[in-house]
Amino acid sequence: MSEDTRKPVIELVDIEKHFGAVIALAGVSFSVYPGECHCLLGDNGAGKSTFIKTMSGVHQPTKGKIVMDGKNMNFGSPRAGMEAGIATVYQDLAMIPLMSVTRNFWMGREPQSGFWPFKNMDFKKADEVTMSEMAKMGINLREPGQAVGTLSGGERQTVAIARAVYFGAKVLILDEPTSALGVRQTSNVLATVDKVRKSGVGVVFITHNVRHALAVGDRFTVLNRGKTLGTAKRGEITPDELQDMMAGGQEMAQLEGSLGGTV
Amino acid sequence: MSADKPMADERLAKVSLTKSLLQRPEVGAVVGLIAVILFFTVYADSRMFSLSGIMNFMEPAAQLGILAIAAALLMVGGEFDLSIGSMIAFAGIALGIPLVLWGWPLSLSILFAFGVAVITGAINGFIVLRSGLPSFIVTLAFLFILRGLTLVSLKEATGTTQLRGVKEAAGDSWLVEMFSGDAFEGAFTWLANMGWIDTFKNGTPKVQGIPVEIIWFVVLALAASWLLTRTRFGNWIFAAGGDPIAARNVGVPVNRVKIILFIFTAMAATLVATITVLEFGTADASRGLLKEFHAIIAAVIGGCLLTGGYGSAIGAMVGAVIFGMVQIGITYTNINLDWFQVFMGAILLIAVVLNNWVRNKAMSAH
Ligand SMILES: Nc1ncnc2c1ncn2[C@@H]1O[C@H](COP(=O)(O)OP(=O)(O)O)[C@@H](O)[C@H]1O
Ligand SMILES: [Mg+2]
Repeated sequence: MSEDTRKPVIELVDIEKHFGAVIALAGVSFSVYPGECHCLLGDNGAGKSTFIKTMSGVHQPTKGKIVMDGKNMNFGSPRAGMEAGIATVYQDLAMIPLMSVTRNFWMGREPQSGFWPFKNMDFKKADEVTMSEMAKMGINLREPGQAVGTLSGGERQTVAIARAVYFGAKVLILDEPTSALGVRQTSNVLATVDKVRKSGVGVVFITHNVRHALAVGDRFTVLNRGKTLGTAKRGEITPDELQDMMAGGQEMAQLEGSLGGTV
Repeated sequence: MSADKPMADERLAKVSLTKSLLQRPEVGAVVGLIAVILFFTVYADSRMFSLSGIMNFMEPAAQLGILAIAAALLMVGGEFDLSIGSMIAFAGIALGIPLVLWGWPLSLSILFAFGVAVITGAINGFIVLRSGLPSFIVTLAFLFILRGLTLVSLKEATGTTQLRGVKEAAGDSWLVEMFSGDAFEGAFTWLANMGWIDTFKNGTPKVQGIPVEIIWFVVLALAASWLLTRTRFGNWIFAAGGDPIAARNVGVPVNRVKIILFIFTAMAATLVATITVLEFGTADASRGLLKEFHAIIAAVIGGCLLTGGYGSAIGAMVGAVIFGMVQIGITYTNINLDWFQVFMGAILLIAVVLNNWVRNKAMSAH
């Protein structure tokens, strides 16, 4: 990859976020190129969620700037972030189980046909697009009217991802999409991430599982206590080094010493 | 649905047909309706299912159904309104006092009552959304507040708990016809002349038309069902009740949807108020007592989940018909009337268990 010659879709520079006296982010810089998967790693409480919420408009940064297309962005709301092409798939808030796949897919952007006041939701179009977009992600639905609750966890994530991509996401943020999934479903979601990346979307993939990150990541950034410990490209870092950085380096080395290298 | 779906496998298509039938929320109510009809066919006098017998139970069913349909939409949207019973009495005086005591024309009085409904519904919704309290509690407060305000206003205005003289004040405006009496009288006279329906000795039909509330009920059920299942706003109702945070995250205006549903519920109560005030010629402080529970029961029998995000308007319609049929049907049997509440409680319980089972079945199979 030659990221250096291309422009990032989004660039965040020296982001700080304070919640009262709590400093959740103390100067984090991060960028995503089109078609790359940039993994954001870090232990619980490192500030990963706070960071991506700032990126998507849920939080406003206390300091720092967000740049897209050379312009300084100021997302006042998640809606504003969405309109700029930042889509977030949350781990548990993605889907409504009792509603059909089609209804979930189009939620908030339902296509309409007919004339006011007799405007219908255009189920013909909605069903067709849902089926074909899901097929692109490798999932053949039995029928678009199937309730999302009957899908597996990985398939639900895929509906949410397919939806974000279809509605023109430039940056797709996935907050720990694999942490609640089994092995098979995890590999399905990772395969989906790979497809999305190849379609030119920039993916931000949050995880605290080094193996999942290494499976799809092009670059890796580790957060610790609200600061970046650095960004590494694929091939420039070994799994062990990455694991070390996540655990805060030093502590891990000590632990490893005392356990006799079994970790 | 499109004909050129990918994966046209007829074996799968068959499975999904039975399953999509089972997935319909109203399936339990329809089964219940058939059971209730069978029960009364066996145990009730055959006059129950004559034309006049049907009108007898459809009239209360329709009045309840108008409320139940609105309550069902609100429940699908994730909220309750326990104030609808009191709203019937409150809207009754909001119509009766301007009409009888202030001398307003009927049209303006009706408009005024519906205006009061819009404001009351909006206040209910606004407080629920602003405070974040369960709508159960907020509207329980309004159950008492509205009933109390009705009593206070009536005593203040008339010295009693009733306001008479509505019929005289209303005169014979076309609006009276819209909200009371029978519809399609001409057609029924014609049917009688053809000898197709029962008549009295003098040749006038025993049933002179369809009571207007039944027309309102059916039209409202069809409109609400279309809104819920076929439109964008319907999708927003399901989303707002299913998971308001997820819905907001993708841009569904959840608060607006819920406030509109609260307003719609108050307006449904006002429609029932208008019908009863014009029918009886009085506004009464005790009108609509317990109707909030009956409406919720009908909605639940119709397949609405108490947790929101699931339900149907047609189901609520069927639930209301079951309710009316049991209530009136008992009078056609030898069974003591006091059993009515026992029956309704049992039906509610069976419906909830059945709906739960059907839904789990539909949701679990992969
Ligand atoms: N809304 C908030 N108010 C106060 N503190 C917060 C808020 N959100 C996050 N924090 C704090 O910021 C830190 C980082 O949290 P978070 O971004 O959720 O970490 P991660 O997602 O990496 O586990 C934690 O110490 C957390 O308590
Ligand atoms: Mg987190």
